[in-house]
Amino acid sequence: MTETNSTELIRLSAAQLAAKLAAREVTAVEVTQAHLDRIAAVDGGERGVNAFLHVNTEEALAVAAEVDAIRAAGGQAAEELHELAGVPIAVKDLIVTIGQPTTAGSKILEGWHSPYDATVVKKLRAAKMPILGKTNLDEFAMGSSTEHSAFGPTRNPWDLDRIPGGSGGGSAAAVAAFEAPLALGTDTGGSIRQPGAVTGTVGVKPTYGGVSRYGAIAMASSLDQIGPVSRTVLDSALLQQVIGGHDPHDSTSLPDPLGDLVAAARLGNVDGMKIGIIKELHGEGYQAGVENRFNESLELLKEAGAEIVEVSCPNFQYALGAYYLIMPSEASSNLAKFDGVRYGLRVLPEEPPLTIERVMGATRAAGFGDEVKRRIILGTYALSAGYYDAYYGSAQKVRTLIQRDFEAAFAKADVLISPTAPTTAFKLGEKLDDPLAMYLNDVATIPANMAGVPGLSLPGGLADEDGLPVGIQLLAPAREDARLYRVGAVLESLLEAKWGGPLLAKAPELAASTAASSHGGSH
Amino acid sequence: MSDATLSFEEAMEKYDPVLGFEVHVELNTKTKMFSSAPNVFGDEPNTNVNEVDLGMPGVLPVVNKTAVESSIKIGLALNCKIAESCRFARKNYFYPDTPKNFQTSQYDEPIAYDGYLDIELEDGTVFRVEIERAHMEEDAGKLTHLGGSAGRIQGAEYSLVDYNRAGVPLVEIVTKPIEGAGSRAPELAKAYVAAVREIVKNLGVSDAKMERGNVRCDANVSLRPHGRERFGIRSETKNVNSLRAVEHAVRYEIQRHAAVLDSGEPVIQETRHWHEDTRTTTSGRAKSDADDYRYFPEPDLVPVVPSREWVEEIRATLPEPPAERRKRLKQDWGYSDLEFRDVVNAGVLDEIEETIIAGATASVARKWWMGEIVGRAKNADVDPGQLGVTPATIVELSKMVEAGKINNKMASAVLDGVLAGEGTPAEVVEKRGLAVVSDDGPLLEAIDAALAAQPDVAEKIRGGKVQAIGAIVGGVMKATRGQADAGRVRELILEKLGVTA
Repeated sequence: MTETNSTELIRLSAAQLAAKLAAREVTAVEVTQAHLDRIAAVDGGERGVNAFLHVNTEEALAVAAEVDAIRAAGGQAAEELHELAGVPIAVKDLIVTIGQPTTAGSKILEGWHSPYDATVVKKLRAAKMPILGKTNLDEFAMGSSTEHSAFGPTRNPWDLDRIPGGSGGGSAAAVAAFEAPLALGTDTGGSIRQPGAVTGTVGVKPTYGGVSRYGAIAMASSLDQIGPVSRTVLDSALLQQVIGGHDPHDSTSLPDPLGDLVAAARLGNVDGMKIGIIKELHGEGYQAGVENRFNESLELLKEAGAEIVEVSCPNFQYALGAYYLIMPSEASSNLAKFDGVRYGLRVLPEEPPLTIERVMGATRAAGFGDEVKRRIILGTYALSAGYYDAYYGSAQKVRTLIQRDFEAAFAKADVLISPTAPTTAFKLGEKLDDPLAMYLNDVATIPANMAGVPGLSLPGGLADEDGLPVGIQLLAPAREDARLYRVGAVLESLLEAKWGGPLLAKAPELAASTAASSHGGSH
Repeated sequence: MSDATLSFEEAMEKYDPVLGFEVHVELNTKTKMFSSAPNVFGDEPNTNVNEVDLGMPGVLPVVNKTAVESSIKIGLALNCKIAESCRFARKNYFYPDTPKNFQTSQYDEPIAYDGYLDIELEDGTVFRVEIERAHMEEDAGKLTHLGGSAGRIQGAEYSLVDYNRAGVPLVEIVTKPIEGAGSRAPELAKAYVAAVREIVKNLGVSDAKMERGNVRCDANVSLRPHGRERFGIRSETKNVNSLRAVEHAVRYEIQRHAAVLDSGEPVIQETRHWHEDTRTTTSGRAKSDADDYRYFPEPDLVPVVPSREWVEEIRATLPEPPAERRKRLKQDWGYSDLEFRDVVNAGVLDEIEETIIAGATASVARKWWMGEIVGRAKNADVDPGQLGVTPATIVELSKMVEAGKINNKMASAVLDGVLAGEGTPAEVVEKRGLAVVSDDGPLLEAIDAALAAQPDVAEKIRGGKVQAIGAIVGGVMKATRGQADAGRVRELILEKLGVTA
């Protein structure tokens, strides 16, 4: 029934696939199989992208077949199918799924299967979106390069020797390499947006509470947020509309929906809007090519009728420092449950005595990687009696100041804008031995998490000096995610007009991997 | 190896005890504090659990609204202020009974604070205990240590863990330091815990069974020389789980502390384990203020913000406080102080009230419960209320006695019959052929025989020693196999002998 071959299928956006599926020009099985084929071709082997930790072939095809059967049968069931039914998706391996392993990128959970589905996964299942598999990440989402995964780094499809960003490098790379049209990520300090920036994809951190966190393995509860990863702004809106909304299992989820995000993305109008440049989030410390693309975006928005204003957020300079106290503090407590007693890895001490303390200690020593241990130690220290006020207490005060900075800024501007990351993708291994340099990658994304406001990163073009993608970040007040989609859609179309098509069309062709894929089973 | 103790009297001569209590109350909500798993006691291990209780990766807690309501009820009953907003915190420590390796509790923002409870001691003295706070938290799982020594983790070969109790809602009630109880400290300790238990039971928020751990007490004791203001170093005796044990543990710790202080040694700040068999405590783990639980606000929960309207709604539905109820009942029933105290101590206040409502007089209800049922319950080792005697049974029995159909002794036998499952009192009377012999003819014959058998007694009665009549009455009752009305027998004997009583 289809004239579209699988190479063309994988390059379509989720919205385009949805339209073709609804028009019955393609089947969900064809779409799903095309992506599974792509994964098999480019993900595995020595020089593979390694975006996936687990490929969910059987279940994905079964869900696709179910969608096809419903469509074929017609009637009410077919009419009631979700718009995205049959559009496949990849899920960051921090989000629990029944029927597939969930590792959080850690040895300590290797082989563990969740007995329950995350709320967002339930929603994907309800929409009948085939889940292609679980994507790679820095262990427990701790990192900005995916190099801290216990299962090897993910490679950036733009340059296989470079990092895909992190922690959600797997989701971003999968979408950038056309292995999936959509993916779920989680963003604690930039883990959706920064990978989006360095892979030329779109990533959104919704308003804190906009999407249920139930089933996302917690790093820092007050900062974590699940969000969409896609190749277009509209696709992220479509996906956030699926996964968002109140969840009785998550007390911190917002009681009311965030409005019609898809309509906002389709509207795409900035005429008369005030867009604020955050003085502290560009210029010094930002790569020249990044700065150039950023200024270009400002010009385009101005031409489209937006008013560009400058705002100052003086306390953002303390955001990174405060973040590296709050995040590890919460993480040290959230990761305490991984002790070998109830599930996951259990390591017995080599020497007797065999006490519970020593089993817990041996398990955690063997199961956690260096970055995780670093943050647990840091957080444990920051929460200790006698240090709490100076560290955790002060950091919470900084957090309040950052929120006030945002309030003041949003009094002057409807949406704020900055580069998403200070640099383009760096080389694998380049910053692995310098945690502080690694942490600086998130300097522009962290403030949004600290204040709970939504942020969107979209491709802003290629840097002049290295030809690698640059990300542009939009920020809106809490609960105003729709503004991000509205402005993002405009900027996206202006930029595409400038480049003569989607940025990812400029990415190099990935050679089909010669080595046999190791995927398909559990890791 | 047991610790040295001073006699209680000697300890009191030298020292002034200061007490403090942490009472944990398990709430009887349908589900757990932060999950939808059932809150049920006594089921198969690890059946009342879901992914939240097991601390699975990715789970989040959700506060049980009924548990908050119950906590507010407890706070109000303890005359506390109710916080306008309060948060949960994480208490971090690694131990396998806590699935997340932290306990979700309230730390510096309890839901209820600054209250008091007036405790009535046995002689009627009222002692005010100040309440520092009542806060919400979750219970831990239950560990069973097997192999090796005596059920303790030290030396055990392995341990089993049951997470059914993990996440059960708890309210922890913490007193301010209790000063000035002097030698009545042990008595006050028992009375305080009894009062808390009674309050939570009366509120209906807990099953309040100490033997099941629904109410658990940690007792803090310190001594200071008379006249000194500064507190001594305290010990904390954990999990003292019966009222009697609370009294004994406080008494023992006072005696032990006194001996330590007398020897010139410092008291060690530590937790102590209570041993019911020897009525002593032994050293647990050393506890210092340096214990670091790295508390911080629970980021997965939003603050609990009870509206003032809600608090007042709850206040309006609170039942009459037990102490006030007792005052009212004592007056209504006209019992003496002693009678009323015995009724309270026997734990049959509710039963007597129900029996009176069912139609018995206050004195008849008391006579039955205190005279007949409490003793039987003790023999059967159950609470009087659980013996199976209904108020209706008592009313029926007492009406039969009043009508002269049966006498008291027979009534007691009828009660045995009812308890043995032979039917209603009327049916038991019928089946056992019990009925008062009311025809004077057979009685007079029996009296004649009894007088003839004991002529010396008959002589004494004639001579005015009427109190000797018991022996003759006894003879008659024996001859009639108890089926005579003893009052009538007495009248007939006196008549026969021509003596006026």
